[in-house]
This record gives sequence, C-alpha cells and structure tokens, in this order.
Amino acid sequence: MILGKTVLTLGESAKAVGRHFVAAMAFSSSLAITSAIAAPAAEAVPAAGYTPMKPTPGIGMPVEGGIGLQQQYSKLGEYGEWIHDGVLMPIITVITLFVLLLIIIIAVRYNRRANPVASKTSHNTILEVVWTLVPVLILIGIAVPSIDLIAKQYKPAPKGALTIKVTGNQWFWTYGYPDNGDFEVVSNMLNLPGQPTINNGVREVGSKPWDGPSHLEVDNRMVVPVGEPIRLQITAADVIHSFAVPSLWFKLDAVPGRINEKVLLVEKPGVYYGQCSELCGAKHGYMPIAVEALPRAQYDAWVLTHAGGVIDGQKPAAVAASPAAPAAVATEAASEAPAADATAAATAE
Amino acid sequence: MATTVPEHFQGNVDHHAHTDHDHKPAFFARWFMSTNHKDIGTMYLIFAIFAGIIGGAFSGMMRVELAEPGIQYLDIFARWFGATNPDFNSTLHVWNVLITAHGLIMVFFMVMPAMIGGFGNWFVPLMIGAPDMAFPRMNNISFWLTVAGFISLLCSAFVPGGTGLGAGTGWTVYAPLSTSGSPGPAVDFGIFALHLAGAGSIMGAINFITTIFNMRAPGMTMHKMPLFVWSVLVTAFLLLLSLPVLAAAITMLLTDRNFGTTFFDPSGGGDPVLYQHLFWFFGHPEVYIMILPGFGIISQIVSTFSKKPVFGYLGMAYAMVAIGVVGFIVWAHHMYATGMSVNTKMYFTAATMVIAVPTGIKIFSWIATMWGGSVEFKSPMVWAIGFIFLFTVGGVTGVVLANGGVDDVLHDTYYVVAHFHYVLSLGAVTALFAGFYYWFPKMSGRMHSEFLAHVHFWIFFIGVNMIFFPMHFLGLQGMPRRYPDYAEAYQHWNHVATIGYMVMATSLVVWLINMIYAYTAGRKAEDSYWGEGATTLEWTLSSPPPYHQFETLPVIEEAAHH
Repeated sequence: MILGKTVLTLGESAKAVGRHFVAAMAFSSSLAITSAIAAPAAEAVPAAGYTPMKPTPGIGMPVEGGIGLQQQYSKLGEYGEWIHDGVLMPIITVITLFVLLLIIIIAVRYNRRANPVASKTSHNTILEVVWTLVPVLILIGIAVPSIDLIAKQYKPAPKGALTIKVTGNQWFWTYGYPDNGDFEVVSNMLNLPGQPTINNGVREVGSKPWDGPSHLEVDNRMVVPVGEPIRLQITAADVIHSFAVPSLWFKLDAVPGRINEKVLLVEKPGVYYGQCSELCGAKHGYMPIAVEALPRAQYDAWVLTHAGGVIDGQKPAAVAASPAAPAAVATEAASEAPAADATAAATAE
Repeated sequence: MATTVPEHFQGNVDHHAHTDHDHKPAFFARWFMSTNHKDIGTMYLIFAIFAGIIGGAFSGMMRVELAEPGIQYLDIFARWFGATNPDFNSTLHVWNVLITAHGLIMVFFMVMPAMIGGFGNWFVPLMIGAPDMAFPRMNNISFWLTVAGFISLLCSAFVPGGTGLGAGTGWTVYAPLSTSGSPGPAVDFGIFALHLAGAGSIMGAINFITTIFNMRAPGMTMHKMPLFVWSVLVTAFLLLLSLPVLAAAITMLLTDRNFGTTFFDPSGGGDPVLYQHLFWFFGHPEVYIMILPGFGIISQIVSTFSKKPVFGYLGMAYAMVAIGVVGFIVWAHHMYATGMSVNTKMYFTAATMVIAVPTGIKIFSWIATMWGGSVEFKSPMVWAIGFIFLFTVGGVTGVVLANGGVDDVLHDTYYVVAHFHYVLSLGAVTALFAGFYYWFPKMSGRMHSEFLAHVHFWIFFIGVNMIFFPMHFLGLQGMPRRYPDYAEAYQHWNHVATIGYMVMATSLVVWLINMIYAYTAGRKAEDSYWGEGATTLEWTLSSPPPYHQFETLPVIEEAAHH
C-alpha cells in the first residue's frame, strides 16, 4: 500500500479501552434503552471489550448456487424485495411465458403444412389499441410501489442520528466517526491464501475464528449500531467508487468532490458484506465492505476501543478527565481486538 | 449535388446501359477507393466479423479467468500484451483492459459496422430502388475512418495506461478514472479511436438520411418504405443527434488529461457526474442504435417467411420513431446510484418504463404477423423467432432495472450484464445472424447449408442462454460486474457460464464451416430464393445483384405491399 493506514497498536488500544471503561460505566444510565436489547449478547462479550462478530453463513452474504436476492435486513430492503419478488418477477415471468406460448402456438398451428394459405390480415385497430393500453396499465401498476420505494429511500435521517463518513480510496474504504470523537477506521480486504499479496501487512482470510468468506472479509469492519437510523455520508478521495451492501439494499456512489447522503438502518445484529460497485482501477475487485451491526452497548464499547473514541452525545471532556482503569480488564479485551492482529504475521494454512 | 448526379449517370452512358459486363474496377481501385455501396457493405461486414472475432476472443479470455475464484490466467494475458514480469497490479489491470476492449469493440466495431455499415449499406439502396448511396465517396471515408479507429484502439493495448498496459477504464470511460486515474497514452488512443469511429458514423448517418429522403424510387412514399429502411432512418437520426455529444464529452476528457482543464475535476470546480450525464446522453440512444436496425431485419424476415405483410406497418414504423425519441430522455437511468435527487430518480424511472410500450408493440406485431401465416421455418426465420424470444427476456429485465428503487440493489451487478447481453449479444447478434442467413445468398450468389444454419442456431441458442441466464442469478445474489475474481459462493453459476461460452464458441465454428461450404459447394442462389413471401426490391435483382443496379429506376405501384 502506498497510503498510510490507521493501525492501532496494542498499547494504544489498551489505554483507550482503559480510559473509556470507567466513562462507559458512569454513563450507563444513558444506555438504558439499548442495554435491554444487548443483554443476552453482553454475556458473551464484556461491555468494555470488542471481539469481532462471527458472521452467520448465508446471512449478509451470497449463498452458493443462490438464484434470488440476498435476504434483506432493512425495512427498505424488505419492501424492495417484495417489489422485486412479489410484483416484478411474477409480471415479467407471465409476459415471457405468454410470448413463448404464442410462439409455440404459431409453430404448431401456422406452420406451412398446417396452414398452407396465409391470411392477408395486416391491421386490427382494436388489437393494436389493446396491446398498447394493457402494457400502460401494467406499468402504472408497477410504478405505484416503485415510486413509493424511491420516496422512502430519500427520507432524511432524523435529527441527532449518528453520522458515519464513508470514503472510497484506491483500493480500500475508510470509515470516519465524527460523532464518536472523529476517529477513522481503515478497512482492507484480507489476503487470499495461495494468491499474490493484495494488501501488504494484512493477514490472510481464515486466520481468525470470526473471519467471513474470502474476497468479502476485511481487517477492520465498519461497525454500526443496530436498530437506529444512521446517516451515511459517502465520498471518494481519488476516483469514483460505490458503497454497496446487497443485504441492506444499499448502493450509493462515492464521488470525489461530492458528499452523497443516505440513511442506513440495520434491523438485526450481524455482519453484512458488500463490494465496491463502480470500476475504480486495478484492485476494484479487492475492496469489499463489511458492515457489523451491534447492539448499542457493544457499539459503544467498540467505539471506546479507539484512541479518542467518545460515545456520541457525551462530552469528550468527561472522558479525558477519567483516570486509567484496571489494566487487567483492558489488556484482556484488547488482546481480542483485531487491530492487534494487523501487525502480527499472517498465519499460513 | 449538382455535379454528383450527372457524373454518376455519365459513367453508365459511357459503358452502355445494356452491357452484360459490370465493368468492375481493378482490385486496388475497387476495394481501397470504393464508391460502390455493395462493396463498402461487404467490407463493413468482413471488418465486423474480424473485429467480432477479436472482441469474442477477449470475452473468452474473461470467461476462462472467471471459471473459478482466484486469478489464474491474467498474468499470462499480461505477457501476451507485452508486459515483462508484470506485478500484481498490472496483472489485474489486464482485466480492465479486456472488459474495456470487449465493450468498445463489440459496440463500435462489431454491431454498429455490421448493422448499419454492412446491411444498411447493402440493402437500403436496394430496398428503396436507388442506384447507390447519395454520397458514395463519403461512404468510403466512413468505412476507412472506422478501420482507423479500430487500429487506434488496438494500439492502446500496447502502451501504458496507468497501473499497466492498455486503457482500463471500462467502455464508459468515466472520469476521473479515465483522467487522473489513468496516466499514459493508452486512454488517449482509446479516446481517439472513439473520435474516429464517431466521425465515420456521423458521416454514415448523413449519407443514409440523404439517401432515404432523396433517392427513393418513384412511387415509394415514406409510408411504403420497407421497415428495415425505416429502422436505418431512425438509427441515422439517433447517430446524428447523439454522437456529437459523445465527441464533446471525450474531447473534454482529452483536454482534462492533457491541457489542464478541469471539466470533470472537482478540485478545479468541475464535476465527474457531468461526464456521466454527457456520456449517457449519447450512451442510451446508442443502445437503440445497436438494436433498431435489428428490429428492421426481423420485420423483413418475419414477413417473408409468414408470407404475410407486416402486421400494423404504421404502428411498427412509428414505434421505432417513438423508441428513438423517448430514448433521448431516459439516459440517467444508468446513473441511479450517483446520488441524484428524488424527483430526478422518479422522473427517469417513469420515463424509462414508457419505452416498454413501443417495444411491446413491436413484439406483439411480429407475433401477429406470424399469426395466421403459412410459416416456413427456414434458417433466417428460426433466428428471427429466437430473437423475438430472447429480446423479450432482455426487455422484461429492463423493466425491472428501470425501477430506480430496485436498481439500488441491482445496479452494476451481473444482473445488468445479463440484461444488456440478452438485448445485445442475444438480441442484436441474433438479429445479425438472422439477417446474415437471410441475405448471404443474395450478397454472395451462393446458398449456404440450411442444415448447418439450423445446427448453428440451436448450439448458439443453448450456449448463449447458458452464459447469460445464470448471470441474472449472480446479479441478484449481488456479484458486481467488472470483477476478475469473486467469492466462492458465486462459483457455481460462473462455472456454468464458462461452459456456456464454449458451447457458443462451437456454434461459431459451425457457422464458419457453413461459409466454407457455401463458397466451395453451395449451389447458385436464384433471384428470389426465399419464394413468394419476399416482396422487397432486392429480390427483383439477380444474386448477387449487378455491380450497378437500377440504372432504370423501378416504379412502385399504388397497391404494392411494403
């Protein structure tokens, strides 16, 4: 890689966790609503630590031999999936089969042997009006939910929604968290075993228990809170890229000189994979997107693993004042953090 | 004009109108300084076949790489293009060069030259009863500019284009990947190729419009013209109105690249999305430029082999006009993901869906033409019916993609690749083969083998469906296009597609064998070898037609069918 990466060293990470642990506890009352949802998961992961989530096979990623849309995990996606599977697919299947049926009838009834003398009919006004108006009505039927879907896509994020800045680069993504202390996560695809190195200093896929599918898994995921609208602001640093996550019905170009904004709302905790969807040069195929949606408490804990990480809505000053936390807890948590692995040697198969 | 017409007829007087000899010029003068529309048409067809083989070979290289995950062959291909010890980036760059070259070659140097330059040149003058095109010398330069453009494009593959040799920008040449993202002369060569081919096409369009408006035989009114002529007329207008916009856009790319302008560079007040608007204002009419002459060919064939006039002739002609007009106001449906405003996205969704109406009229009119007919399933008809079905499949997925909200998940995935190959690779190319079998004996004077033509069709039909139908599944599952490598979950259908490619390639071997057969053992073609159903003027001439036809203009009677 030519450009530098934000890699947290073990020491920094541990310190950050330590500092913020107390702060997180002190402000736990503000998390009352989300902590109820987070309760079961919190048993596995201590609130102060962060272990990347192990993705569930087949969720948020393509399935082997699949023939339909990926299962959707957003309201917009469920609506879009219904329009595709429930409205468009039946209509286009019926039209195609209808045309095929007519061709078969012609082959059987109007071949040279069955019908030696051709009719000379070349006009039928009623028929022509019908096959003009019926498609118009069908299209209006499609347009109603379709236009509604577009309107819903453009619903702006509510006031106070968490903002995440997504930047496309040749050939990796960076995620900025301006509401959480403005730290930045650099996200590179994991190298593929048996293939030339794609990203120097990044481990191979499959070397950690939480690694998802090859070509899709990254070293540092874009972590987001689940169940709340997030304002994604998307731009690019060099050429046009496109931020796309199929299972979240999300695709928006990252254009240099522009900021594109759209709401992301993930309904269920999980890891959702996507890939850059606008040709951006040599490694266009090697800059995937991994969105990890966590319950609020775990998201906050993840935020606090970053140097300068602040839980959104809180004053950074309070954090800065907090003394160092017990080292034992911090070290334990940090040793699981992926940042530590970035510098570690890649494990061979 | 004042000099052209007498000069032309002067030649006929010199050689005496009733001579048996065609008085063809010697080889060099005939083929390199040609002013004969049939010779130029033949050259266009040979050129298109040549370019098609190169473009098709590129797609074969892509399919073999995509047969399984990981990078297996790109390194070898990089060496073919002259790279010594390519690093991984320049290896991957070869992929982008392949997709770019495949797209540009198939669009500008295969489909367009074959449809418009080849069949258009050959049959528009014959069908309207004209001795030649209006501007025979401009016709010649149109052809040679296209050839020059192709050579420029091939040159680009061997010079630096950023991360490796060749232009790796995609056929859309989006800025800033094509400007600051691709230093080196490769992209300049590519842009120059488009300029040359575009200039050739604009001249061709002017030629066709003038010919069709001014050189129709006595009695052939606009509403009596064969539908193929209508289709070329509409296409010529689309070319004339859209290509200058492309020329402007790529000239701005050139100045951005070389002369420090910032039309598409935000750091100087420009906007990369502006390029996309300009490109697609050309690009969308371009897709109709590729398919409309195919519509015309299919109309002629369906009518001939059903032994019926085309059903709803006026509706068919004006449906093409409507497609042409609406085609100019739907361009931004290629840009749904760029972050356009909500109203813009709604408008382009609605406008795009409107195109389904005239397209539906065409499909149903073809079916109605066959309905009640006495249909003979000769090779051109089998290809034409294949076209109608495959184009329907490609058309309905177009309706799916028209929806801006649904496009959010399908944009730039293999679903789009499947869609436009169903209308182009399976639509336009199928129409080309239909037209080829329909007119090949007329052009060459030799009959092809009907058996081999049917074998060709069925192997091709199975092959292309195997390649492109699974791509719908890949796209729905989220596989992005322009990727040399993919997650393992996508392997199954990619593997099927690669096998499909081999099947399709086999069919092309059958086609070439058929051509060899025709030239070596094919029996001599009669004047009107498809029988009573073929009613247009080319069938009143010998096969092949005389070097100069219609020295006495035919007169179209009042009751004559189109």
